[in-house]
Amino acid sequence: MNWETVIGLEVHVQLATKSKIFSGASTAFGAEPNSQACAIDLAMPGTLPVVNKQAIEYAILFGLAIDADICQESVFERKNYFYPDLPKGYQTTQLEKPIVGPGQVVIQADNGEEKIIQIHHAHLEEDAGKSLHEGDLPAGTSGVDLNRAGTPLIEIVSEPDMSNAAEAVAFAKKLHSIVTSIGICDGEMSQGSMRFDVNVSVKPAGSTELGTRTETKNLNSFKFMEDAIELEVERQIDLLEDGGTVTQETRLYNGDTKVAKAMRSKEEANDYRYFPCPDLLPVIVTDDTIDRLKKTMPELPDERVKRFISEYQLSDYDANILSADSAMAKFFEQVVEQSNNAKVSANWVMGDVSAALNNVGLSFNKSPVTASQLAGLVVRIDDNSISGKMAKQVFEAMWQGEGSADEVIQSRGLKQVSDSGALEKMVAEVLDANPAMVQDYLSSEEGKRKKKLGGFMGQIMKASKGQANPQQVTQILVSKLEELL
Amino acid sequence: MHNHTLAELVNGLRNKTFTSVELTTHFLTRIEQLNPNYNAVITVTRDQALDAASKADQRIAAGDSPALCGVPILHKDIFCTHGVRTSCGSKMLDNFVPPYNATVVENFHRDGAVMLGKTNMDEFAMGSSNETSFYGPVNNPWALDSVPGGSSGGSAAAVAARLAPAATATDTGGSIRQPAALCGISGLKPTYGRVSRWGMIAFASSLDQAGPMARTAEDCAILLNSMASFDDKDSTSVDSVVPDYCASLNNPLKGKKIGIPREYFSEGLHAGTERAVQKALAEFEAQGAKLVEISLPSSALSVPAYYVIAPAEASANLSRFDGVKYGYRCDNPKDLQDMYCRTRSEGFGEEVQRRIMIGTYCLSAGYYDAYYGKAQQVRQLIQQDFVEAFKSVDLIMGPTCPSPAFKFGSKGDDPVAMYLEDIYTIATNLAGLPGMSIPCGMVDSKPVGLQIIGNYFDESLVLNAAHQFQQITDWHTQAPEGIE
Repeated sequence: MNWETVIGLEVHVQLATKSKIFSGASTAFGAEPNSQACAIDLAMPGTLPVVNKQAIEYAILFGLAIDADICQESVFERKNYFYPDLPKGYQTTQLEKPIVGPGQVVIQADNGEEKIIQIHHAHLEEDAGKSLHEGDLPAGTSGVDLNRAGTPLIEIVSEPDMSNAAEAVAFAKKLHSIVTSIGICDGEMSQGSMRFDVNVSVKPAGSTELGTRTETKNLNSFKFMEDAIELEVERQIDLLEDGGTVTQETRLYNGDTKVAKAMRSKEEANDYRYFPCPDLLPVIVTDDTIDRLKKTMPELPDERVKRFISEYQLSDYDANILSADSAMAKFFEQVVEQSNNAKVSANWVMGDVSAALNNVGLSFNKSPVTASQLAGLVVRIDDNSISGKMAKQVFEAMWQGEGSADEVIQSRGLKQVSDSGALEKMVAEVLDANPAMVQDYLSSEEGKRKKKLGGFMGQIMKASKGQANPQQVTQILVSKLEELL
Repeated sequence: MHNHTLAELVNGLRNKTFTSVELTTHFLTRIEQLNPNYNAVITVTRDQALDAASKADQRIAAGDSPALCGVPILHKDIFCTHGVRTSCGSKMLDNFVPPYNATVVENFHRDGAVMLGKTNMDEFAMGSSNETSFYGPVNNPWALDSVPGGSSGGSAAAVAARLAPAATATDTGGSIRQPAALCGISGLKPTYGRVSRWGMIAFASSLDQAGPMARTAEDCAILLNSMASFDDKDSTSVDSVVPDYCASLNNPLKGKKIGIPREYFSEGLHAGTERAVQKALAEFEAQGAKLVEISLPSSALSVPAYYVIAPAEASANLSRFDGVKYGYRCDNPKDLQDMYCRTRSEGFGEEVQRRIMIGTYCLSAGYYDAYYGKAQQVRQLIQQDFVEAFKSVDLIMGPTCPSPAFKFGSKGDDPVAMYLEDIYTIATNLAGLPGMSIPCGMVDSKPVGLQIIGNYFDESLVLNAAHQFQQITDWHTQAPEGIE
């Protein structure tokens, strides 16, 4: 039987506010456990929440970016359950009246065509803390770190509009691009700034009835999400084809072991007893606020693609890749601004820099080679000071912290020799020293001569310690050999 | 010295008739000698009080004395006090010492008041008799075998027994007014949002409101001047100007229209209480006010609505007491579930557990609409009743509670009978209106309270009416036997 997959996503995005959603404590990542948790975050008796206006504005900005309705009056509710990393015994979130109503996000589907993914809504909520089961703890005990408790999140809930893992990833990447472009999230996936819950079901091809879905929670990379979806689709199809049924359940996927397991079934699910939080007033959003925020709206990824094509004469493909990650786009523009060569800059940003960053799991924000360093390198490529091969060496050295491109070229003596007088002398010497090779060349058929050039090139580059401009050397070499014919 | 009103003490301190150290020592001595009879005060902060008093004296000597400089007061143990145990009447918080002050405490500190200690209360403010406190019941100074009312029973009894000239209190369904009535003192619950809830341990957040308890309306006005403030730490605090509540105390009441809700004089009202209240109303009439019979048709629904909404909010508010971060934790939990269950079963008393269970049930899937949703609709109706009524009257008056102080244990087995204690007070909490109780008579040697309800943020008129009544009556000056 042929099966169709139906996928919906719930995406948690940590908002890049300085302080928490209901307290003044810092949201900075990586501090000592519980050093960024104030009395409110610890749910001390008598403490009260006051909502962070910046978090509200960030949520509105997201709504505007996906062309959604902004609710004039949204309401915070309490979602009740006990867990040690949930200090109040309830999470303050939104349910009946979320701040962002239905909207849409456009992705490029597999076939290259545009596909619209509908957003059901997006709501504001607070993050929980973390339970610690390892590290410096007395035997048999667990710890709780409440630094993350109260970090503002928007949860973006999509309609089940995706039909394979690739579309889900494209959608997730597009959201990443939007939230980083409008500056409401730092996009640091490794620090949990974006986390995905995927709802997956399968149904016989053509059927209008949805199958039973499972939810795989808390995936924190595009790769894990893709793997988890593929694994789950396969599991469900196998199950159904063997005559079994899919149980509605929550699942956890371990990206390291690539194994998923059921966490709890629907029957075991909590009754969260939501009700409006009496400590907080409804959030009222006026038209003035919306108008003001519209005016401050930064460039969105789709607009950026168009601009890159027209402003830098990039191909659709390059413009799309460079725009998708806003940190990458920003980096690219900084490089172009100083190098004045968009094509070479684009190739380096998408190629070597991107690959090097991926290798060590860093984003463009944290690149060891800065945009202006890379621009310095592009300038030297552009003016033929160095060859492509040398450029890779220079980049490597800059990555290791050896300074600017010019400093590396200088200190390593990598400057390309483009002085034609010097090159002609070098070519002549090599030809003189290798009469047999010259004879071999001259006696070869015309069609095969080109292949013989490699031997001379090797000798010449060796003689020049790799600094000879290869294009120029080829020209000189060919013309000198032609003269001997 | 302890028979002076707070207003008189403020003047005495300013005129240097006595010092704050003398005054503070006097009340500390009274607490030491008399509190064992009442169990009204559960923490005495003697050293801090004397230290604060001596600093207040220096400020008075230097001519730099804020409104309440050197005046000793007690705080209900629901208000967080920096460095001083704040138990909320519960075993759960018996070991809890807050690292911050409630805004109410901070305001009194700013105005120079001296904290003598913390008063007993029903556990987490849940009760109308002070019998649910972990620290034992409070005895009513007028009849030691009777309850002082609750939940602010400790504050009310302490003021009635002259252990302090004034005390802070909170009112979620009548917890200021009912004990004030039963102990023969004056107590005001302001409009919801008038006094900050920051640092006040939550029972039912949409109903809780702090207010003053003292012997006279004038003293309550002085105290409210200090307590009331806009607070950006409390999102439900209202940003409106705080008037000088003393400024209008002496306005004549001639021409004021007083609404008398017929629903407040129905079955269940003690005949003696009714006679005392009617007599008080006649006094207002004699001063030129006009009595108008009104109807608050949804009144009968206020108790059931309240006992859905308050427990629902409480069930979430009390979830933070889980043994993880502070407060009580059971011994040797075998796992997380065991820690939660035993901590909460051992740390909370019976009434608190009952209300958590009621609230949890009301919010459960499948019951929410029938209980919580319906109760919110009823709340709207009740509010609407008052909005309608205040279109034609300036104040509403009636009894504070159905009968005088009852004996210990007499309602202990019947929670519903206990809940009916608040039948006249609950509606003002649901509507968010200000309400006050002042002494207006005696039945069987026990005080009777008159309730005065005002329009939103019209505490001035409520206090004005109460003060005028106290100018021509002396119920507020009477003291229980043995308190001279």
